[in-house]
Order: sequence, then C-alpha cells, then structure tokens
Amino acid sequence: MDRCSLVRTLVNRYCAGEEDWVDSRTVYVGHREPPPGAEAYIPQRYPDNRIVSAKYTFWNFIPKNLFEQFRRIANFYFLIIFLVQLIIDTPTSPVTSGLPLFFVITVTAIKQGYEDWLRHKADNAMNQCPVHFVQHGRLVRKQSRKLRVGDIVMVKEDETFPCDLIFLSSSRADGTCHVTTASLDGESSHKTHYAVQDTKGFHSEEDIDSLHATIECEQPQPDLYKFVGRINVYNDQNDPVVRSLGSENLLLRGATLKNTEKIFGVAIYTGMETKMALNYQSKSQKRSAVEKSMNVFLVVYLCILISKALINTTLKYVWQSEPSRDEPWYNRKTEAERQRNLFLRAFTDFLAFMVLFNYIIPVSMYVTVELQKFLGSYFLTWDEDMFDEEMGEGPLVNTSDLNEELGQVEYVFTDKTGTLTENNMEFKECCVEGHVCVPHAVCNGQVLPDASAIDMIDASPGASGREREELFFRALCLCHTIQVKDDDEVDGPQKSPDSGKRSAYISSSPDEVALVEGIQRFGFTYLRLKDNYMELLNRDNDIERFELLEILSFDSVRRRMSVIVKSATGEIYLFCKGADSSIFPRVTEGKVDQIQSRVERNAVEGLRTLCVAYKTLIPEEYEGIRELLQDAKVALQDRDKKLAEAYEQIETDLVLLGATAVEDRLQEKAADTIEALQKAGIKVWVLTGDKMETAAATCYACKLFRRNTQLLEVTTKRLEEQSLHDVLFELSKTVLRSSASLTRDNFSGLSADMQDYGLIIDGAALSLIMKPREDGSSSNYRELFLDICRNCSAVLCCRMAPLQKAQIVKLIKLSKEHPITLAIGDGANDVSMILEAHVGIGVIGKEGRQAARNSDYAIPKFKHLKKMLLVHGHFYYIRISELVQYFFYKNVCFIFPQFLYQFFCGFSQQTLYDTAYLTLYNISFTSLPILLYSLMEQHVAMDTLKRDPALYRDIAKNALLRWRAFIYWTLLGLFNALVFFFGAYFMFENTTVTSNGQVFGNWTFGTLVFTVMVLTVTLKLALDTHYWTWVNHFVIWGSLLFYIVFSLLWGGVIWPFLSYQRMYYVFIQMLSSGPAWLAIVLLVTVSLLPDVLKKVLCRQLWPSATERVQTSRFVSGLPLGSHPLATL
Amino acid sequence: MAMNYNAKDEVDGGPPCPPGGTAKTRRPDNTAFKQQRLPAWQPILTAGTVLPTFFIIGLIFIPIGIGIFVTSNNIREIEGNVFMYYGLSNFYQNHRRYVKSRDDGQLNGDPSALLNPSKECEPYRRNEDKPIAPCGAIANSMFNDTLELFQVGNASDLTPIPLKKKGIAWWTDKNVKFRNPPGTDPLEERFKGTTKPVNWVKPVYMLDSDEDNNGFINEDFIVWMRTAALPTFRKLYRLIERKNDLHPTLPAGRYYLNITYNYPVHSFDGRKRMILSTISWMGGKNPFLGIAYITIGSISFLLGVVLLVINHKYRNSSNTADITI
Repeated sequence: MDRCSLVRTLVNRYCAGEEDWVDSRTVYVGHREPPPGAEAYIPQRYPDNRIVSAKYTFWNFIPKNLFEQFRRIANFYFLIIFLVQLIIDTPTSPVTSGLPLFFVITVTAIKQGYEDWLRHKADNAMNQCPVHFVQHGRLVRKQSRKLRVGDIVMVKEDETFPCDLIFLSSSRADGTCHVTTASLDGESSHKTHYAVQDTKGFHSEEDIDSLHATIECEQPQPDLYKFVGRINVYNDQNDPVVRSLGSENLLLRGATLKNTEKIFGVAIYTGMETKMALNYQSKSQKRSAVEKSMNVFLVVYLCILISKALINTTLKYVWQSEPSRDEPWYNRKTEAERQRNLFLRAFTDFLAFMVLFNYIIPVSMYVTVELQKFLGSYFLTWDEDMFDEEMGEGPLVNTSDLNEELGQVEYVFTDKTGTLTENNMEFKECCVEGHVCVPHAVCNGQVLPDASAIDMIDASPGASGREREELFFRALCLCHTIQVKDDDEVDGPQKSPDSGKRSAYISSSPDEVALVEGIQRFGFTYLRLKDNYMELLNRDNDIERFELLEILSFDSVRRRMSVIVKSATGEIYLFCKGADSSIFPRVTEGKVDQIQSRVERNAVEGLRTLCVAYKTLIPEEYEGIRELLQDAKVALQDRDKKLAEAYEQIETDLVLLGATAVEDRLQEKAADTIEALQKAGIKVWVLTGDKMETAAATCYACKLFRRNTQLLEVTTKRLEEQSLHDVLFELSKTVLRSSASLTRDNFSGLSADMQDYGLIIDGAALSLIMKPREDGSSSNYRELFLDICRNCSAVLCCRMAPLQKAQIVKLIKLSKEHPITLAIGDGANDVSMILEAHVGIGVIGKEGRQAARNSDYAIPKFKHLKKMLLVHGHFYYIRISELVQYFFYKNVCFIFPQFLYQFFCGFSQQTLYDTAYLTLYNISFTSLPILLYSLMEQHVAMDTLKRDPALYRDIAKNALLRWRAFIYWTLLGLFNALVFFFGAYFMFENTTVTSNGQVFGNWTFGTLVFTVMVLTVTLKLALDTHYWTWVNHFVIWGSLLFYIVFSLLWGGVIWPFLSYQRMYYVFIQMLSSGPAWLAIVLLVTVSLLPDVLKKVLCRQLWPSATERVQTSRFVSGLPLGSHPLATL
Repeated sequence: MAMNYNAKDEVDGGPPCPPGGTAKTRRPDNTAFKQQRLPAWQPILTAGTVLPTFFIIGLIFIPIGIGIFVTSNNIREIEGNVFMYYGLSNFYQNHRRYVKSRDDGQLNGDPSALLNPSKECEPYRRNEDKPIAPCGAIANSMFNDTLELFQVGNASDLTPIPLKKKGIAWWTDKNVKFRNPPGTDPLEERFKGTTKPVNWVKPVYMLDSDEDNNGFINEDFIVWMRTAALPTFRKLYRLIERKNDLHPTLPAGRYYLNITYNYPVHSFDGRKRMILSTISWMGGKNPFLGIAYITIGSISFLLGVVLLVINHKYRNSSNTADITI
C-alpha cells in the first residue's frame, strides 16, 4: 500500500538528514520498545513532570535575589556609594545610605520572597497531586511530578491533565472527550478532542497496556493551538499503521476534562516543556514616557552631582595650597594622612564629595514611584463605574508600570469586532438565489411564539428554487464546527425548538451560532454530531442524518470553511461558507450578480455577510480529495502550507447558493466614547479584518466618520485604476491644502468649522506602502502616508491581517513625533498589536481571554476606555509627574545647602546636618506626604474630567515633565536652598541669638537650616495639593509633627549606642531662642513666596484649560468667595 | 504570569455565592475611599484668595521688622547684664577633621574611654604612651588667653571688674553631657594614667580651683568644645552681672583690658576680638532679621497691590462670561 511507501520515504528522510530532525522527538508509548529493526531512534532525555514556576530555592534565594536587585542601575549606584562609604573615610556614616538601601532591598526581597513562597506552594500542590498511571495493566497512583514522557495516564472527569497528553482512548464510544481550557486561554466553552483512530478501542487498563506504538512529534513549542505529530501503531508483526496527530489529539496540561468519564493518554511533553509552562514567559518590559524622562533627569542630576564634586575637589586643593590652611597648628593631620599620595588623596576627596552629595539622587524615589504605581493601580480595579454587571468583571491590571501612560495617549488603535461592536450576533436575513428571506420574529422586532414563520419578501420561488432553498438551509445547518451542549443530549432531541435552546450551541465563532440559530427559525434545526453523523431536524420534523466526511477548517487567510458530507441517499456534498471576496472567485454557477448586490447593500448597512456555496462530488472525486487531505495531514513539515494548498485545490467550481447577513450591534456608548477621545485630542484608528463597507458603516455608526467627513480611499480597487504613487500624492495635496488654509484662517483650530478628513486603507494597499523598494523610495511613501494620516481625523484600516495591525502601530510609534500609542482589542488577532503598542488594552471579550491575558490592562467594555484615559490616566499622570518633580526639588533643597557649606568649612566635607537627619529626610520626614499626594490628588473633579475631554490636551506630550517644568522646579529648589542657607548664615554670623548670651555651634546651624527646609518642602506640597481629604491633613501635619517629636527625642536623651552626642539638646536650645522662631517664619515665607506668585500670575494671565475649569468651579462653588472683592 | 492570573481567577470565582443570590464576588466595594470620592476641601490659589494673604504678611512683617530692628539697635547701651565674648576669625572650627576629633564618651566620664580614647582623636590621642585627656584637636586647641577688665578710676587706679565664670555654657552640657570621671577621689586621682593635651600648659584637672568648674566640666572648656558653625565666630567668655538696678553695669568711663597673650593666631591669618554686649530677648545685636522682615513685608505688600490691579483688570475682562450664566 502507499502508506508503507510513505513511511519508508519518511524513514529515509529521517535517516538521511538527521540534523534536520533534531527538533522532533520520539516517544515510546508505555515505554515499550518498538519491534526490533523497525527504526533506530536516538533516545533523548526528557525532564520530569515537575513544574517549577518559583524563581528561587531556599538556598539560592539570598544570593540570587540580591544579584537580581543589584542588576538595577539605581540599586547598584546606591550599593557603590555604600561601599565607598565603608572603604574610605567619608563625611557621612555608612548608615545614612546603608539603612535606606537595606530597607529598600529588604522590602523588595520580602515581597519577592513571599510571592515566591506562594509559587512554591502552588508548585508543590501541583507536583504532588495524585495521578493515575497505567503500569503492567494496572492502575497505580503516583505523584504528578514522577510522571515521565511515555507514561500512560488515566484522567477522570473534572480532573486537569497533568501534562501534555496524546489522547488515546476515552470512555465514550465515539472516542471523543470534552475539554475546557478556561485556565489556559480563558475560553470556557467545551472543546471536543478526538482520540487517535487506531487506539480508541482500547478501553481498559489491560487493553491499553498491550498497545504497542511510538509517537513522533515536534519538540515543544509555546503555541497552544499548533501541534504536529505522527503515531505508529504496531499490530502484530505487520507494518505499523501511521496516523497523523494534530492539536485535536493533544490534551494540554491545565485543561480540564468535562462530560467524559475517563480518558487514557500518553505523556509527550512533561514538566517545564508543557505548552502551559512554555507560555509562562513574561512579556517584554514596556517603559512609560514618564519613566524615560525620569531617567533623563537622573542623568542630569548625576552630571550635577559629579560636577559639584569636581568643583569642590578642585577648590579644596586651590584653597589648601597655603599650608596654614591645609594644616593649621590647631588641626594637624595624622602621619598616615600626610604620607598619602596626592592623587590618591584627591581621588578620595572626590569620592567623599560624591558621597556627601549623593542624596541628590534619592533611593527612596524609586521605592516611592513603585509603591505609587502598585497602590495606585488599585483605584483602577476598584472603580465601580468600570465594573460590568453582566460579566461580573471589572478592570484588570496586568502591569502597573504604565499607569501614567494612560494619560499620555495620542493614538488609539481599536479593533472593530468585539471591541467597538458587541460581538453578539443576530441573524438578520438571508438571500437565497436572489430571494430575500427574513425571519419573521426579527422582522417585527419581537419574538413571536411561532418562530418558524417566514416572511418572504419576494414572490415564492418555484419548485427548483424551493429545492435550492432547502439545500441552502441544510448547508448552513451542516457547514460549521458547533458543538451541542451535552445537557440537551441527555434530555433527548428537542422536538420544538425554542429560545431556551440558545445556550445549547457552543462555538468559538459567534457568527456560526447566530446562523444556526437563525436557520432554526426557518425550520431547520441542527441537533448533534453523533458517531460522525450530523443530525438535523427538517421542516417536516424528520431527522436527517449526514455522514461527516471531512472538515476543511476555517482560517483567517482563506476566510472560509468547508465540510464534506454524505447524505442518507449516498450523495456527497461539499458545502463552503466564507467571506464574499473568498467565495465569489471560486463560483462558476448561481445568481452571482443578484446575490452580490444584496451582499454589498447589507455590508453598507454594517451587517456581517457570509456567502454559501456547494458542489456535489462523485465518489471518485471524493476519494481523490480524501487522499490529498490525508497526505497533507500526515506531513510533519509544512503541514499547514500543504493543507492550505489542498484546500485551495478542493474548494473550486462551486455553485453559489446564497448569502447571509448577521448584525453585530455596536457596543453601548461606543460612539460617545470615540467622540470623547477625539475631543481629548486623541486620534482614533480602527483596524479590522472585516471588509471595507461593513467597517465603514460601523465607523459611521460610532461617529468616527461624520456626515461632513470627506473620505479618502487608498484601496485595492482604486489602486487598480491609479498607481500608488499618484494616489498618495493626490491625497496629500488635498489634505495639505486644507490644513494650510486652516492654519492661516484660524489659529486655535478648535472651534473652526474645518474640513474633516477620514482615510480608508486596506491591507493590500498598506503592504504596498510598507514594502521596501529597491530604489529606496519606500520611505517616501511611508512619509507621505504618515503625512496624510496626520491630517485625517480618523483612519480606518480594513482587511488587516493580525501582523499588519502591529505593523501599523509600529509605523506610527516610530514616526518622527514618537506619539504614545494605545491598542485595544478583544481577540487573539489583536494580540500582536496589543503587544506592540505603548499601552495594550484587552477587552475581556467573547472570543476568549487571549487579548486580556497579553494586555497591560483589561477592561470589560470599550466604553470604559473613556474613564480609564480621561480620568484615571489624567490623574495618574499629574500624580506621578508631581511625584518625580517634587522628589528632585526636595533633594536640591536638601543637598545644595551642604554644597554651599563647603565654602565655609574649608572644603572639608563637613556635613551640615546630623546623620539621623541625613538618613531620615527622604525615608520618613518628607516621604509620606508626597506618596499620599501621588495616590489621592485630584486637581479637577472626576466628573469635570469626564465631562470636558479637552482637559486631556493640557497634559499631552508629557507637558508636566518637559524641560521647562523641570528647570523651573530645579531653580525653585536652588532658590530655596540659597534662602535656607544664607538666611541661617546671616542669623548666625558673628552674633548671639539667645537671651542668655550663650552661643550656638555648627549643629544648631544645620538644624535650623534643616527645620526650615522640612517645613518649606512640606508646605510647598501642601500648596500644590488641590484635594484635601482628612488623610492628607493627617499625613502632612502628622509628618511635620513627627519631625518635631523625633527631633525633641533625638536631642533629648544621651543615646548610649552612639559614639557622639553632638545633637544633645541642640533642637530644644534652638527652639528656646526667639530669633530662631522668627527666622523660621521668615525663611519659610520667603521660600514659598515666589512659587505662590508664579502660580497666581500664571492662573490670572495665561490660564490653561484646566486652570480655567478650576477657577470657575472654585468661584461658583463658594458663593461668598468672590464677594468682597467683587464690590471693589 | 499566566498561572498567578488564573489562580486569582479561581479563588475569586471559587467561594459560593452569598445567600440572596447576588453573585458579585468581584464587585468592588462602593466606599468613598475606593471610589476616590472622599469628602475633600479643594482650595485653589487664585489672586482673590492670595491677595489678602499678601496684605496680611505685609501688615504683620513690617511691624515685626521694625520692632526687631529697634531692639537690635538698642543693644549698644550697656545696661543690664553685660556679656563678654572673645571672637576669632579665620579659625576653622567647622573643619571636618577638627569637628570629629573628640570623644564624647570620654567627656561624659566614661572610665574606659578615658584611658582608651576614640580613634577619631588622632593625632591627639596619645602622647608618650599615655592617653590624652581630653583627647582630640578641639580640646588641644582650647582658647587660653586670659582677659581681665579693669575700670580706670579718677586717679588712674584700676578697679578690677568681677567676671563671672559660671553660666556661660549650656546647662545641659555642664550637667549632663560633660562629666568628670566617676569617683570620690580628688580629680587628680580620677585622671590618673592620662596626660594633658600637648598644647596645654596645665592638665585638665587644674583648669580651675573651683571643684565644680574643674576638669571636663570647666565651662570655658565646654564652651570651646561646642564647635562654631562658621570660621568667624565668637564665644561667650565671662558674665558681668549687674550689681543693682540703679547703676548701669558698666558706667561710662575709661576701662583697661589686660590680655594675657597665649593663643597664636598669626600663623593662620586669624584675628582676635573682645566684645562686650548686652543681650535683649532676641540675643545680641543683629540688624539682619529686622531688615529682612521689613523688606519682605514691603515686597509682600507691594505684590498685593500689583495683584489687586491685575485681578481688577482680569475680573473686568472675564466677568462678562460669568454674568451671562
């Protein structure tokens, strides 16, 4: 037989090109060696079935965790500073930087350790759960981790599969089982898997033990839906039987067995090689714009730090060149110091200055930022408005790193189906042979009890027409991959189909369900698939049985699917169903023109259309097809390609039967959301795989295109008439002319009654634009295309392949303005663009959870995007930008006086503040108020932000972290530092400030500066706070109180563990001095005055939109507020 | 990661629905905090709100400034207690090597630190194999000039003015922070085994004849040990107490100051000064605070006026919008 020759060729190929085959593996089922001489396999080593999701073990936790933490640049920097402090004689004790670092590292380690402990627990639970093995014809219970490749495993109902199994047999007679993969990809629908044909008869342990087979399959790969393999079953001494194995034979670890008593399977991928484990890999890290500017600022500050240290070192040696200054009689060096090499000394001095000023880059900033992001993201998940009652789900935050990026979005790329639309399909009409049939129930807008009534719009067709019509309905009843839920099967076939039956059909495609349900209304009900026979109930309530011969499954490239069935009378039909563009070219017969015009009309109305065609096959033809398919199916390499070729060959010369139209309703408030986003200055692009007319209709419906929008088309149809070059140039001329006149006429451009452009482009045209040319003009097209896009208010890209969606996102992302992009989608085909965009949002949808799982944030409905961006994004952005700016500001205030002090202490690195103050300034005195601010601040009320989307423009392009803002904050910090230092300087210069004539020393000086600083810095934040809840009051006043209490305590006791008592009573003595109080009040006032002045003047003279809203709200909110001055 | 994610899902979906049938286990709580709707005071800094503040600051600061200025200027009159200071300039008491060159344990009377001073005291830690008490550069460089003040009488006779040595150091320093080594023996015995700082003439237990002002608790010593913040500084030397309310403490006349010159300052270009000053509630004479208060008060007042003008103009131009509402 030809099968033997096939095996031989395969074996030959295997033996000949061994290196080509390293990526396949051979598994002996039940560890039984194949008959001698069959084939020589190289034994491979496989891991055991232990799942290790934990990162650490008990032993390597500390070294490994520390290593990973110090791989972060910031932590490493602080470690270096700490080590320098330990090694050289530095002005500050190592504690000052060691303690915060230790704190940060410990907290992180504890958090990671705890998470890892949880993972260990989960791993253990999983690795130790009992599994039934078949050994020597008996069932043995063992721990899951002892499972090895080749073991035969029995799984009972509702158990999860312990590893990836090849499905050998099931307790069901037809060799199928149902599986739910809810924990893998979130799809809770039951999927049917099929046992290997030749082994499905092995029902008992003894039987299965006698199975003698080997499995060849590819090495593990993470794609959950792809699998190719081959099983050789050895019967007696005959040649082995070869069967192809596909993903329908593979049961994945993590999936659960349903509605099947038990199954037997053989392990092929175990432990970390299972597809589930391979999918653990985390996604690439995305970084937000704020984080990037933060890092730039850090570099600036690092430069400032180094230049400060350099300046001081140089000045120190200039100043010391006079020996009486270097070593006056009262302050001698030790002999060792004197001996030291000059360069070494200079270098040590440089390091010491670095250490002295290192606080300018605070450790605590990183902790605070991370804490803010982590805690802040809870507000998103807690938001009641974003909770969907129907689904019982709220937003999910998969990463909190990008919170603030939500406030920076400039482009939104949205999927259409399931995102803009409900993906809740409703059968609208069908068109058979040019006659339009509308189910009565839907036509009148209400469901009638007599759902089988049909309203024929056209005159009743003739007898042959009626036959065609019934064939059409049968085609729709048979050409699908729907499963019927078992509950109904138990109840027996329902004679009278009713609406309660709706839930009975399960399919991965909602269109199919809608079609089959729609057909019910015409009297044809699909009952079930039993023993490879499809049963349906016809109009006369008779059961018709069709033998299912082949399924040519759906894929997004072909955009169609077919079934080959054999009727009870022995006729063989091929039914094909697919998108119009993929069916019409293959049709040779039927009323093509009429149907096509109907399809186009429906598409314009925004309906999803499908065409149905068929052909009859004579048995010989079928035999040819079967062999063709079989050949393609057993291929181990390029199976998909070969299958596609085979399908292409088979699905030809069809007879067109008719078309269907299914409505996909718009999601609730989709139009409102898009309108708001556009008002917020966000450009919305729709990327869909759907056809142009349908997609354009949806765009009109959701107000992406308006009545006055002028549509520009770059489509395949147009490109047939004109070259791409001409089309693009023409369009750019149109667009640029209007934008030029616009800038001339109206400067603001907001209220202008401007011409609004919408662009439509399809996948084929896009790939032409993206295609690199030999002559290098490709970039030209891209630039031109981008230019056009920039001037269009809305862009629709239809007929997009998943990768093209990502391509578009990338194109915009890398264009010269580097805009922040957001991609939102619900299906697996959106994953690539979700991963590509700066922010990826998944809609927790009906097409499974893959999008939600790969996204950064997931929301239940498209409408939630509005609040997510306009309110949460806005808040997150202003919060974190204030956090970053404030942190730099308060550390300029902190460190610059130290720098100034060096000029007065002979550049000797003497610190101005006590060690305790140095240590605690950032981690306790000034840390909580800003953290709380960054969690709670609402500069404008939530409702206002939602009502007035234009406010979003105020923060566009990282407005609060631009250089101007950064320099303002830094200068403010410098000014404050000057005020603190010289204020105290003139206070202390050559005088006494106590009423008993006693004098203060250097520590009192430093404490005065520090006190003024803590007060100023905290009050500055208080001035910036627009939302004072009791928590803010508590934390701001509380942290000032804490400073005072701490200082009283710190100076009030002789601390036995300290080697010095320099702070003893210093703070209290300072407070006992009247001028110190006066100075504190004065200096704080002076420090805050310019900032207040700037704020008031800016608000008065150049108010931003946000400030206008704030002011108007404030004035109207307080009836008496404007009163006294209004009378002036 | 996928697994965490799913585990969470299962946990959340797992617990049975509460009786009553609302199966919303994942539903967020409707609390003001979680919904970010805590009641809050929402102040805005507008010209209207800030204006009064500017005027108030001006109105408060200017009188305070004038008060301080007048007080400060009045200090020259030698009435009440008079304080005698010595001043040094170009003397870096705040040099890091200098500041840390002390052992607070030793000064607190810790017997072990007395005989084994801290390493920070190097190179003033040991001399001739004996620990120095008090060790360190600060103690070693203690100011040791003697200042005596005489009133020149009518017949050119000198009447010494009594200078009080006690009360010049912080009370807490004298009584808590600084302590002699414990024991009931005479001081000399308690300091046995130590040697005097190199530059000193007399050992520490011979600083004064008064037992309560000798050793580490000598107030001149304590005052010196409080390192100054800036290279030009003054330290309290003596008090001249007022005898009775009728006569000024130092009546107008000729005075004679006798300085026993021990302390070298030329080598580092230093200067010495002697200052006699009275003290008000706000300390010694210092015009800075007064001037600063007056200046800031005036600026604030001026800004208030400017803002008022701007506010008035702005109000006129924008009020129309408000009125139409």
